[in-house]
Order: sequence, then structure tokens, then C-alpha cells
Amino acid sequence: MIIVDSLYKSFGEKHILQDINLSFDKGKPNLVIGASGSGKSVLLKCLVGLLTPDTGRVVYDGENMVDLDYKERQVLRKKIGMLFQNNALFDSLTVEENIEFPLKMFSEMSKEERLHRVNECLAKVNLINSNKKFPAEISGGMKKRVGIARAIALPIKYLFCDEPNSGLDPLTSRVIDELLVQLTQDLNITTIINSHDMKTVSDIGDKIVFIHQGQVWWEGSKKDISKRNFDNEELENFFKASF
Amino acid sequence: MNFFSELGRFAIFMKYVMKKPQRWNVFWKITFREMHNIGIESLLVVVLIATFTGAVTTIQTANQLLTPSDLFPTQLIPKFVVGAVVSTSSILELAPTVTCLVLAGKIGANIASEIGNKKISEQIDAYEVMGINSASFVTLPKIMAGLIMIPSLIIVANFLLIYGGVLATKFTSALTLDDLVEGARMTFHAEYVKIMLIKSVIFSFLITSLSAYQGYFTTGGALEVGEAGTKAVTKICIFILFFDLVVAQIFLGL
Repeated sequence: MIIVDSLYKSFGEKHILQDINLSFDKGKPNLVIGASGSGKSVLLKCLVGLLTPDTGRVVYDGENMVDLDYKERQVLRKKIGMLFQNNALFDSLTVEENIEFPLKMFSEMSKEERLHRVNECLAKVNLINSNKKFPAEISGGMKKRVGIARAIALPIKYLFCDEPNSGLDPLTSRVIDELLVQLTQDLNITTIINSHDMKTVSDIGDKIVFIHQGQVWWEGSKKDISKRNFDNEELENFFKASF
Repeated sequence: MNFFSELGRFAIFMKYVMKKPQRWNVFWKITFREMHNIGIESLLVVVLIATFTGAVTTIQTANQLLTPSDLFPTQLIPKFVVGAVVSTSSILELAPTVTCLVLAGKIGANIASEIGNKKISEQIDAYEVMGINSASFVTLPKIMAGLIMIPSLIIVANFLLIYGGVLATKFTSALTLDDLVEGARMTFHAEYVKIMLIKSVIFSFLITSLSAYQGYFTTGGALEVGEAGTKAVTKICIFILFFDLVVAQIFLGL
């Protein structure tokens, strides 16, 4: 479980996040939605520690990441997997080497064990026969899958996904969404997904947080969305504009 | 960002870079790859530049010192002086400084754009999220490889500069090989080689660390990656010339 408590983040005079209070549960996909520039990517970067909040706490199962020094933060990060908006695959490494990379860095596995684990991860994301290809040689949807496979190569407890559907066709989008739900349940991890895709929201959003102008404007679930059970003009506008 | 802010940011960056690698086997594997990129890939350009510069320096020095003029109608300067000038300037200045200015353009721009590209494509963030010290992971192997390979290239360049001079004696009647060798032997001091190696280590560090720093703090897109390469080369050249002066003053200043 991740708890965000009174989180503020500014860049100069510009206040990006203001008084964010949230909790993200284990074993189900938590969605953070909002328009471009609403602050959801900054929130995600504050959660994983790529940005340091001005004030506030980000508590991972009782451990406040903000208070940790660099070394302690590195230890916590080994339990975190992240799928980046642009995939962030290492372009000089093959698909296999990309997924093997965290295992090489943080496990004591032999080469054979590592390759076995790589193939296991690739099977989990339904990607086979692409081991020796470079990121530049595979499609956008495949890159997302490789990104997910790399994120889950180590036994993680938290998975963060920044716009996992950006640049994908609706069919591939749906496949990626289903994959994320399945992995969240199978691995029993806390998954936080940044998205502005309302299709994703209504399909997999067990918990949904709507961010607008750097603040939490609404919290609910896909059931509330399907019943239009929200009394929020901004979300209504966002919802209408999305369909 | 003013000079002192940037110096502070560079110092903090280096504090993170100079950490013990998380995996020595991965570190050495990357370092050997970088040694190939920095050293072997730069060998041809160093060979060409050193040989031609050595030849040209010898011909021009001979022309200036041995041609009678209105001031000195007859030749007053012994021919071996040309050899002395060429060999001493090769060891002290041409091999370390000129070679490193050339390598700044080749290696510096390459490192800055490689790391800059990793930064804008979120690969640096990916290392961080995995729990890897990204500054050290992408920079330290390059610094280590630079510290091993660039001084080696400079030693090679030094021999080739003098070899270029030897080749030049075949094209000019003003100077013989014996004159060149005699001058080089008469003025050789082991201290000069020490100064050359000190310069080469300082310049190697400047080339690799400044270019990595410039790349690591790239923001924006492809245009900014290109700018990072240009800025890195400019800064490296300025610092090489500055430290060249400092070392010369410390060891040779009267």
C-alpha cells in the first residue's frame, strides 16, 4: 500500500501539486487520470522519487520515501518497477538484454537462470521470438510489453505505469490494459497507472483519482464512471471530451 | 546559470559519479567497451594528425630558423636546434594539448550526445527507478576508460610527431635526420615526459567528465542533445587551455 500525505511540489513560482492526499491499494489497478499538464506525471515522479516533493510524505508500507537518504532510497527502488511513457528501453541492448539487465545488477542468478527468468517474463507479457531484436526493430506495442517484462523481472511490490497506452491502437491498448490487470492480480502488487485514456479508465479502473490543476478533484471507481456517479464539472467535461 | 552555480552542480555530480560501482563485473565490461570506443576508434585520427603535424612543424621550424634574413644574413643557428625545438614542443605541447583538443571534438561530443540522448529518452530515469546510481553508471566507466586510453594515445602521438619530423627530413634539404636526432637527444629531459603525462591525465579527466556532465543535464529534445555536444566541446577546450597554462606555469615557469 502507498499513502501520499499533504504532498506539494512547485517549480519556481509555478505550483504543480497542491495538498495531495491519497492512498493506493494492493492487488488492484489504481488509476490517476487528468488532462495534459494537470500534474499527474509530476505526481508519479514524486512517488518514485525522481522528483523530491517540497513538503509531504510518500509512505511505502510504513516507510516514508521522502525521509530516506540516497542509499536507502536505492534499496526501496529495487522493489519498484516502472513502465515509462516512451518505454525507456536501453537502445544498445537487445530485448533479452534489456530484461536481463536488472537481474544482472541485483540478483545472484547464473546466466542460465537469468535467461530462464527472461523467457518467463516474456511469456507473461505474451512476447516470444523477439529475444534477439533491438528496441528499434520492434513495434510500439511490443516495446510496451518489453518495458513491462523488464519492470517485473525482479520480484517487485510496486508497479508504476506512465501513460501505458500512449501511441497505441485501441486493440493493442486493450491488450496492454488486460495485461496490467492480470499482472497486478497474479503478483499481488500495488499498481499505479497514469492515463488520460477514458477507455482504460472505464475498463480497468478499480480505483480512480482525477487530478486537475495539481489537486485531487475526485476519487471513485469504474462503477462510478459508468453510472456517471460524479458531481464534478471538470471531470464531466474531461469525460465528455474523451468520447 | 552562472559559473559558480554550475561549478557547484558539477561538484555534486562528481560526488555521485565517484561512488563504488554496484557491480564490478558489469562496470569492467562497460569500461572495456568504452576503452574500445575512446581509444581504438580514435587511433586513426590521432595517427594522421600527429604524423602530419610533426612533419609540418619540422619543415616550418627549419624554414624559420635556417633561412638567412636581413637581420641574420648568414646562418647563425646550428641545424640541430630545429630537432631540439620540434622534439621539445612535441613532448610538452603538441602531443598532449593538440591531441586532446582534437579528441575533445571527437570523444567529448560523442559522450555528451550519447548521455544526453539517454536523458531525454528517460533511460537515465529508468536506471534511477531500478535503484542504480545513474550518474556513476553512465559516467564512471567513461572516465576510467579515458584515463587509460587518452594518455596512451598521447604517448603514441608523441612518437608519431617525432616520426613525422623524421619523414620531413626526407623532403627538405635544409635538415638531415642526424641534425634532428642530435637536437632531440641534446635537449631531452625526463621531466618533460612527466609533464606530458600529468597534462594527459588532467585533460583526459576534463574531456570525459565535462562531456558526461553536459549530457547528463540535458533537457528538451534532439536539438538540445546537439547543443549539449557543442557546449561540451567548447567548455572542454577552454578548460584544457586553462589547465595547460596552469601546468606550464607550475612546472616550467621561471
